[in-house]
Amino acid sequence: MTARANHPQGLNSLGFDAAPEDTRVVVAMSGGVDSSVTAALLKEEGYDVVGITLQLYDHGEAIRAKGACCAGADIHDARVVAGRLGIRHFVLDYESRFQQQVMDDFADSYLRGETPIPCVRCNQTVKFTDLLATARDLGAQCLATGHYVRRDVKDGRATLLRGIDDTKDQSYFLFATTPDQLDYLRFPLGGMDKDETREHARRFGLSIAEKPDSQDICFVPNGRYGDVVRRLRPGAVEKGEIIYHDGTVLGQHDGVIDYTIGQRKGLGIGGIKDRDETEGPLYVIGINPEKHQVVVGERAMLACHSILINEVNWLGGDAAPDESGDESGDAADDAHLNTPKEGRRVLARLRNTAPAMPARITGWPDAAGGVAEITLDEPQFGIAAGQAAALYDADDPDLLLGGGWIVAAPTGVAS
Amino acid sequence: MLDTYLDYNATAPLRDGVRRAMIDAMGPPANPSSVHGYGQRARLMVEDARASIARRVGSMPEEIIFTSGGTEANAMALRQPCSAMAISGIEHAAVLESAPSAHHLPVDAAGVVDLTALDDWLGQQPRGAGVAIMAANNETGVIQPMAEIAGITARHGAWLHCDAVQGLGKMPLDFSTMGVSSLALSGHKIGGPTGVGALVLKEGMPAHPLSRGGGQEKNRRPGTENLIGIIGFGVAAMLADPEVFEAHCRPLQQQLEHRLGVEAPDAVIFGQAARRLANTTSIAMPGRLAETQVMALDLAGVAISAGAACSSGKVRSSHVLEAMGAGDLAASAIRISSGWDTTANDIDRLAEAWLRLYKQGSSFNPID
Repeated sequence: MTARANHPQGLNSLGFDAAPEDTRVVVAMSGGVDSSVTAALLKEEGYDVVGITLQLYDHGEAIRAKGACCAGADIHDARVVAGRLGIRHFVLDYESRFQQQVMDDFADSYLRGETPIPCVRCNQTVKFTDLLATARDLGAQCLATGHYVRRDVKDGRATLLRGIDDTKDQSYFLFATTPDQLDYLRFPLGGMDKDETREHARRFGLSIAEKPDSQDICFVPNGRYGDVVRRLRPGAVEKGEIIYHDGTVLGQHDGVIDYTIGQRKGLGIGGIKDRDETEGPLYVIGINPEKHQVVVGERAMLACHSILINEVNWLGGDAAPDESGDESGDAADDAHLNTPKEGRRVLARLRNTAPAMPARITGWPDAAGGVAEITLDEPQFGIAAGQAAALYDADDPDLLLGGGWIVAAPTGVAS
Repeated sequence: MLDTYLDYNATAPLRDGVRRAMIDAMGPPANPSSVHGYGQRARLMVEDARASIARRVGSMPEEIIFTSGGTEANAMALRQPCSAMAISGIEHAAVLESAPSAHHLPVDAAGVVDLTALDDWLGQQPRGAGVAIMAANNETGVIQPMAEIAGITARHGAWLHCDAVQGLGKMPLDFSTMGVSSLALSGHKIGGPTGVGALVLKEGMPAHPLSRGGGQEKNRRPGTENLIGIIGFGVAAMLADPEVFEAHCRPLQQQLEHRLGVEAPDAVIFGQAARRLANTTSIAMPGRLAETQVMALDLAGVAISAGAACSSGKVRSSHVLEAMGAGDLAASAIRISSGWDTTANDIDRLAEAWLRLYKQGSSFNPID
């Protein structure tokens, strides 16, 4: 099977010194193609596979259909797939966990004028903390997901690498995975591209083989996140002004939550008298939640040279570029300090779809995951607070080192 | 090794005699309303089943109306006109959802309906109120004092419906003396097939069917009779002797509760202070979510349940235990329910798997 990462001889494909049938693996099954194929491949190899699907929110409520089942079609699909594969499958009610750890954070982040990524929070909390603990409780040796990332063990330490399929790689969304979590996680699809996955789904005769990839945030089914924020925080969204960076009022808006830094389309404003139109279109360059103001300006004003990140997660061990030679003694212990070397060169990905850009990381995150500064070699445009900065190794662009949440991306324009 | 099945209150295995009777009846055309010989033979089989169920519940045969199950029987009963309605807070969803505006009567910590509250509430209503209370609770097995309840409703001129789905075959039921207007019964909880049940309705009371159509069941429930199901239900009712059930299940319940009580002293068994069915134990493992227990036991080859699962398989926290004031413990409670095929070995297997989980630490943090 080409799907598997390299594993030392004598160990099974999940890295355990046991027969597959004696290795219990919990598969997080969403009802989509990727996690269904993950479960099918592991079952085919003979593992003791247990599927778990999380009920994260009331589907009937999300699509606002009265009397609709609380479980969406995805949960139904997961049950059908598990039944077809002949594996045990359970649905867990994580609605209140998801509400507290993901949806509330999502709404509050928007109200702060940020652009959050709830999928990272979900991986970080609901999936890799709560579900992972449940998998341990069930006696599973590991938790497998259908993420397109690779896990490789080097010198006894698990590392996380970008998926082979560049268009499907999900490492950006997994920047917050801790070393302990990574030890327990497996990603059997990391070495495949999406076509291969679908091919497997057809080979297994899975009903979901042609199911389209999900595009939206799961609890925002039609992409209208503003509606969701207004429902979660009734009364908290206020109207305000759209202003040019010099203070000229250009129009009104129904809430800062409807705007994102770097946004160009759908601003709903006319032109500005006396403005030189050769300066190009206007972009959102700032959001001021206290004054309920959206600030627009020229693209050049989005240029950002350095950003601050918090809740820094570090998977890179102590492997600073200038420290060569064998790790031993104290150095090995340092590998668990989860701190990068001051000034270390990295590649920073500031949006999932953006290329990773050369940068330096400075500042020493404390044990709880403090604040660090990322200084970019070349300025980047349209960086929004609330997004993630995923950091990769300067010498191995596939190797995820960790990252943090962007708390500030100063552009030199007061907002 | 075969799995240990301890979820009889959800559904019971089909009895051998039931299966044989159903298979024997399958094949020939058999519409009990048909005038010809085929129809007449089918009619006879329906009436045999009706008589069997009537004997089991102490009613007249003509008081039995076959339905698609307990849910339909409850829904029909609750369509009876009334000036106001009250139900206990621990009723099954079939009753709760059929009487959405009903007053909810409280239960005590042991899960028994508060009779004073019932008396007081009825005292404030005009005559002709309706009351629905279950014979025995599906989650805790707690038996309600139906005779006393019937005395109270009679004094206030109210009708009384009793959901006896969990009581049938597990405790004596005598419709002729219970003082209730109607009983809801189900076939599959006693080793019959799913998809068949009955409403036992006091002679002279009008029936309120959910659909319109032919004149089956003496114009009380339209639709061609589910003959094979009814035959199975009839045989299952014949076999469902509550004394035999009690004698078989009670010692197993004592064995289970004694062992878990000794080895897991902080475990809580609900309804222990009340009269309970011989086969049901509702027990909380503090700090462990019920769903984790259900999964771990299932993976260990022991089938039990928790709360009431919806069609997604998602486990909801129990409204029954919440009504009993169980608080956070409700989220940690599972239901173990045995039956005629349960052995002492099954109980040991359950106890060992449960205690293994109890003694193993958890990294999971229950959030709510």
